[in-house]
Amino acid sequence: MLINEDNYLPISALQHYAFCPRQCALINIEQAWAENFWTAEGRLLHERVDGGEAEQRGYFRTERSVAVISHRLKINGKLDLLEITGRHPKKYFPVEYKRGKPKIENWDKVQLCAQVFCLEEMRNIEINEAAIWYWKTRKREYMIIDQSLRDLTEKIIIDTHEMIESGITPKPTFSKRCLSCSLIDLCEPKIIQNDQSKNYINGIFKV
Amino acid sequence: MKKLLNTLYITRQDTYLHKERETIIIKQGDQKLGQFPALTVGNIVCFGQVTVSPPLMGYCGEQGIAISYYTEQGKFLARIYGRQVGNVLLRRTQYRFADDQQKVISLAKLIVGAKIANSRYVYLRQIRNHGESSSLQLISDRLANCLSRCEQVNDYQQLLGLEGEAALAYFSGLNELIRNNEFSFSTRVRRPPTDPINALLSFVYSIITQECLSALLGVGLDPFVGFLHKERPGRPSLALDLLEEFRAAWADRFVLTLINRKQLTSKDFVQEASGAVHLTDYARKTLFAAYQARKQEEIIHPYLQERVQIGLLPHCQALLLARYMRGDLEYYPPYLVK
Repeated sequence: MLINEDNYLPISALQHYAFCPRQCALINIEQAWAENFWTAEGRLLHERVDGGEAEQRGYFRTERSVAVISHRLKINGKLDLLEITGRHPKKYFPVEYKRGKPKIENWDKVQLCAQVFCLEEMRNIEINEAAIWYWKTRKREYMIIDQSLRDLTEKIIIDTHEMIESGITPKPTFSKRCLSCSLIDLCEPKIIQNDQSKNYINGIFKV
Repeated sequence: MKKLLNTLYITRQDTYLHKERETIIIKQGDQKLGQFPALTVGNIVCFGQVTVSPPLMGYCGEQGIAISYYTEQGKFLARIYGRQVGNVLLRRTQYRFADDQQKVISLAKLIVGAKIANSRYVYLRQIRNHGESSSLQLISDRLANCLSRCEQVNDYQQLLGLEGEAALAYFSGLNELIRNNEFSFSTRVRRPPTDPINALLSFVYSIITQECLSALLGVGLDPFVGFLHKERPGRPSLALDLLEEFRAAWADRFVLTLINRKQLTSKDFVQEASGAVHLTDYARKTLFAAYQARKQEEIIHPYLQERVQIGLLPHCQALLLARYMRGDLEYYPPYLVK
């Protein structure tokens, strides 16, 4: 059977959705992209991380930029780093590289969990642990992939699919986090949230 | 608001543009005429014999820098634009809007309304700054009358008629705004313009139209499907719709300033045997320098209530139009001079 992967979500969309559904829609529906300081820094970091040959040292193997997919959840994306140890059974340990420092919210964890879902499906295994490496702290944060994170991630995957299928960009709610969003100039959250267009156009004909 | 990028106008003949690292180099023969960081450039506009190297073209496509070609006289020839931005859903929405007579008329009405209001403002401002004038007051009153009738119009042909009537009234007073006795204006003549003022107006309109076109492409709209302007092959109808809001307030006043400040004189124009008038090379250079400076000036956008440079107005309006079509805004807020 041929699988249609047209409507698969990029895993990155989940993190965008968790950050702001409108940002996710601007990128994945409206195809908008703008770079700012933070996105540029992230891109440069990934230029360093990505690529390179797989390395094998005995029973320890590392692979970079590993393409992953889950047909059950209709998502695909890339893993920054995958460490494989042991022989029978092999242990898979994904590592995601992040520009900043550990965040209070779950966004990074959700992305990592989605990658774990893909690997589990592809290799028919179970992964309980993974890590995120942060540029600011230069340390790995170890994560337990527990049931509550799995539930949250599945819910976000379903919600994101629904939004993108609808083709409708949700209206914004302005908050402090808008100030760090590179799409703020395209989104115009304050202007859209507070639609004054009716008053404004009535003013045109006032003599 | 996004950053206002520069436009490179290449008017010197037999020039060659190429890329060196992240910069754009302009050469004539072996002589280097200039070098600019590509980051600060949004548009390259070439007049006449200008060659652009393929690697620079490719780079511009990648970076979203538009390259357009004109004849030496300023007639538009071609444009190179990279990957299409935006998405098909928005363009389909735009086409559906264009097929919906009710939507067409309500949007076209706002555009014509803004155009008339902005035309009237030119005269109100003149009266405020230079004292009462009965003839100018009359024009302003006639435009006010057009404006209130515009609000009631519900038919496309009537709207066009009203627009024509307002334009006639507006141009009938333009000569009074010229304070340079080398020039005069009687009526709007196009294709070809037969006097310097008309030549200038046509030239400036075409520059701003191209900027509207770029702005529309930049937000993912199709510049060739308009509302007030009906589609015609080769005509950027939506860009022309957008231009309407800027004609009086931006283009015409810019032309008047050039003339009134005597930045251009009658020597800056050439008349051909046919009667057609066009700008000399020197005049075009002067115009572009003044135009670039004007684009840097800041205003408060009447709807966004944000400080923006005049050069960003096409982008602001294109963005608002896209937001309106996506359903983020109930109405499209056209640009109004305040």
